[in-house]
Amino acid sequence: MYITPIMGGLMIGTAAAFLLWTLGKVAGISGIYWNAFSVELPLLSKERVWRLAFLLGLVAGPVLVHHVSTIAVPAAPESGVMAAVIAGFIVGLGTRLGSGCTSGHGICGIARFSTRSLLATAVFMFTGFLTVYLLRHVFA
Amino acid sequence: MKQFFIAMISGLLFGAGLAVSGMTDTNKVIGFLDLFGAWDISLLLVMIAGLCVTVPAYQLRKRLKKPFFSSEFSLPSMGSVDGKLLMGAALFGIGWGLYGYCPGPAVASLSYGNIDSVYFLVAMFVGMNVANKIS
Repeated sequence: MYITPIMGGLMIGTAAAFLLWTLGKVAGISGIYWNAFSVELPLLSKERVWRLAFLLGLVAGPVLVHHVSTIAVPAAPESGVMAAVIAGFIVGLGTRLGSGCTSGHGICGIARFSTRSLLATAVFMFTGFLTVYLLRHVFA
Repeated sequence: MKQFFIAMISGLLFGAGLAVSGMTDTNKVIGFLDLFGAWDISLLLVMIAGLCVTVPAYQLRKRLKKPFFSSEFSLPSMGSVDGKLLMGAALFGIGWGLYGYCPGPAVASLSYGNIDSVYFLVAMFVGMNVANKIS
């Protein structure tokens, strides 16, 4: 039952390693997303285009997986629009202030032995656990 | 053009990995974050398996003068820990726990055609802009 998480993790790690060795870039999705759409870069600069290409692949990846394997498409989240907007906003605010997310800090930064990334990962894991604890076991 | 395809292949493999691992399933992610419920350990394995590849890849990179298809490595400097980093990480964890998407799965979930993913991503971009304004 733990085959798919391990396989998926190896694929994610390989994708990050590939991006580092070929283009010399960190596979941090929050940063890629921001720079792909932010007005800080010229409209069709090289720095924007590779990020857009990466995001295109990111959307296409699950399509391929659910098409060629028996892994089912997950159930749609039922939290509603308001929750999506509030959570999305906080995730955007937090990842930008904190210079990264699960991928940039957790998968790439820790691999560089970066103290910042190790600490950031510990903190967002902790507040993630705490949030779910409060939602499910205190205010439920 | 070469860079475009390389980045797309990397994104494709990354997105496929997210779908295979279960990270695009908000129920599973919240199950992992539910330490005091029926804790689902499997997403910890995703991170450990990922690190099994990235740790050697990042450490061996030091022996390369430059990446294969680019002129230089662009890696963030190894700065010191500050309040902004900790505050940002704390907020990110709260948002992640509230809904079950971190940025990668949020983008990848566009392929499932749920309109809520679009709202999540637009709000995420607004949040990033606000962070830029206040920092």
